[in-house]
Amino acid sequence: MDFAMTIRGSWSLLLTGLVTTVIVSLIAIAVGTVIGFVSSLMGLSRIWVLKALSEIYVWVIRGTPMIVQAFIVYFGMPQLIQTFVPGFTISAFTASAITLSTNAGAYLSEIFRSGINAVDPGQVEASRSLGMSQVRTMRRIILPQAVRITIPSLVNQFIITVKDSSILSVIGLAELVNRAKVYVGGTYQFFATYVLVAVLYLAVISALMVASRYIEKRLNRDKDPA
Amino acid sequence: MTKILLEAVRKSFRTLEVLKGIDLSVDGGEVVCVIGPSGSGKSTLLRCVNALESVTQGRVIVMSDPNCDLNTARRNIGMVFQSFNLFSHMTVRRNITLAPMDLKKTTKPDADALAVELLTRVGLEDKIDVYPRQLSGGQKQRVAIARALAMRPDVMLFDEPTSALDPEMVGEVLAVMQQLAFDGMTMLIVTHEMGFAREVGDRVIFMADGMIVEQGTPSEVFGNPREPRTKDFLRRVSQAG
Repeated sequence: MDFAMTIRGSWSLLLTGLVTTVIVSLIAIAVGTVIGFVSSLMGLSRIWVLKALSEIYVWVIRGTPMIVQAFIVYFGMPQLIQTFVPGFTISAFTASAITLSTNAGAYLSEIFRSGINAVDPGQVEASRSLGMSQVRTMRRIILPQAVRITIPSLVNQFIITVKDSSILSVIGLAELVNRAKVYVGGTYQFFATYVLVAVLYLAVISALMVASRYIEKRLNRDKDPA
Repeated sequence: MTKILLEAVRKSFRTLEVLKGIDLSVDGGEVVCVIGPSGSGKSTLLRCVNALESVTQGRVIVMSDPNCDLNTARRNIGMVFQSFNLFSHMTVRRNITLAPMDLKKTTKPDADALAVELLTRVGLEDKIDVYPRQLSGGQKQRVAIARALAMRPDVMLFDEPTSALDPEMVGEVLAVMQQLAFDGMTMLIVTHEMGFAREVGDRVIFMADGMIVEQGTPSEVFGNPREPRTKDFLRRVSQAG
């Protein structure tokens, strides 16, 4: 239980793991936000095919554990694709990015959808009565207000995504938990190593929270008293 | 010249028929006040004029050009809502300049000048850079009127503009509307303010149960109502007041 020794011995290994965790999480947050946004608009569409696609996507992803999704993407999909493209393989990193992005996208889709629905219909009517088109109303009136409403839920989902990236250690992604396991396997420093890992997660997520608090404050300037 | 024309307009929400055949025409410069008990279809009628509600049957023609598209038509029809509906994430200035800058490609300096001009007209030029939540109800509604005027509409629709206000703020909004009427704006106003309808309206329409029961000059409708339902309504309103 020598922390100093564990830090000295593990920092380079854990640091590479941490970098991977951050990179895969950032990709998932960015791609997942795009997927989630598009899916939420599809879910609100009057075109039933788009609506159905969005609903099925959200239903399937939310209804299955991410570890199973990761296995399907990493082990299952290549096997399927190999019947058409012999020798097809997928790296653990690519499979991880796909899994985590798709997973986050489904939850973000629901967050965006509820945020858009939460905007007062009167705001839409006022905009339309001025002659603003549906698209312009969405861009100028609905989305800016929906984003404010959803920020706390968005941040919550981003935090979950960072932590969920640890599940990807099971398909061999060399992220933080995966690297920690490797270190522990050679040194048996369970307590010190995993506490260190916990501290590192806490640091990353704290940074995320500080950043979001700052953005939230800036967006809500109109709520401050004069 | 006729600005608004409704022909045999019917509107149903599922099985509930809210408008049961409305014929109405409003001339340029005319101020028409629509009164009647709640649930009589007054607001629905108003919302059919700028197609916030689609009509089930009949025709709505606004201005002379029946061929222009809906968004273009709406630019010429200002609407003021009971619940103000100011864009809560924008300053008063931006509330007013948004539509002219987006839709008419008005430049920023011109739009700013317009905002100052309109806010001066409603007596709120000092509130140009505050957000809606910092305003009182009466101030919000006056900004909403300024916002609707920013597109230089030919017609203004008012949907119970003072119903959500504290009593002491009703006067300031009515004063702005009265000035607008005096300046020659064509106005269709759904209101519970009988005094205002009597004083400012060129014509008063009494609606009940989805139909126009009676219409005429204010002195005819208020002073000498013909229909029993009108008499009954006016008696109850005067008792409440």
